[in-house]
Amino acid sequence: MGTLQEQMRGLDGVTSAALSGLDVQIHPIPGAVEVLQVCIEQRESLPIYITCSDSQLLCMCYLWTEEEVLPARRTELLETLLDLNPSVPLSSFGRIGKHYVLLGALARNARVEDVAQDIAALSDNALDALDAMSEFLK
Amino acid sequence: MSVLRKLVTLMRSSVREIGESVVDANAIRVYEQEIVDARHNVAQARGDLTMVMAKEMQSAREIERLRGEAARFETLALEALNKNEAALAEEVAGRVAEIEAELDEQTKAHATYAIQVAKLKELIKGADAKIREYDRQLAMAKTTESVYRATRSIADSVDGTGSKLLSAKESLERIRQRHEDLADRMLAAEQLDREIGSKALEARLAAAGIGAEADRKAQIMARIRARQAPPANEPAAAPGDPA
Repeated sequence: MGTLQEQMRGLDGVTSAALSGLDVQIHPIPGAVEVLQVCIEQRESLPIYITCSDSQLLCMCYLWTEEEVLPARRTELLETLLDLNPSVPLSSFGRIGKHYVLLGALARNARVEDVAQDIAALSDNALDALDAMSEFLK
Repeated sequence: MSVLRKLVTLMRSSVREIGESVVDANAIRVYEQEIVDARHNVAQARGDLTMVMAKEMQSAREIERLRGEAARFETLALEALNKNEAALAEEVAGRVAEIEAELDEQTKAHATYAIQVAKLKELIKGADAKIREYDRQLAMAKTTESVYRATRSIADSVDGTGSKLLSAKESLERIRQRHEDLADRMLAAEQLDREIGSKALEARLAAAGIGAEADRKAQIMARIRARQAPPANEPAAAPGDPA
């Protein structure tokens, strides 16, 4: 298996097509593990990140942090996220440290087309999630 | 302890350390070595199994052969007896006894091989299940490592550019603003397009002498003339006439 960047060659164009022609730009993020940042036109403030382990390819969108959650409504938010999880297409809510995220997991050798579909769904879902969950946030 | 259980324990204690603790490099190396060893053992057990199964088949064939031999010599001994050749019959019976002793040995060996085959198959099944489980646990640990390290890289990258990660509400507001800007721009472009398109058409109609623009000057003159006071010799309208 080559690098993530090699594997994802052409992802920008395919994702753009999956998002009705919105401009999509992909940049590598320097660090200990391979991470690609996917910036979508009009949604620049909600980028998607792709990373991988030996067995999986993960698409992640950082939604909000623990500090942004209204303390009085935290339990209600967590229950709502659990309730919504089965309904959200192709994505699951999760938490990495203090960051609440929306995740899509694919096989490590997933095709560019499958990743593009996951990113398009993840971006749409993240937008919906921010809108729907904003009542629980400061 | 399974990786998942370890994660649960860690999450209760300190979220910050999860990335490092679950996936301490030494533990991963140990795990990976265990997988390599287990795979090696399975490969060896498969080799042994092939060999023992071959021996089992050979002994089954030998048993068949010995049974055939014993039956043949017994028939010969009977024939010797029928021909009053008791001494010869005795000698043949001795041969049958030897064959039967050999048959007993082979039957015991065959049973041992069968037990070994069953044991090796069980061992391989168990080791395969263990490898699958190790693989799953390792995948879990490595994925945890990846997401935590990726999150750190992303946070560092954002810090490095001097920008700040937007809050959820700021992100949403910015996206809404971008959508509104785009919608406004599209509306403006549409209006402009319509205006320019309609003016161009009117100009072409006027040039062809068609439409209200074509004889506007003549129409205005006619309106002014209509408002002009009538000449003095014309009779004034009688009161009560409709205007």
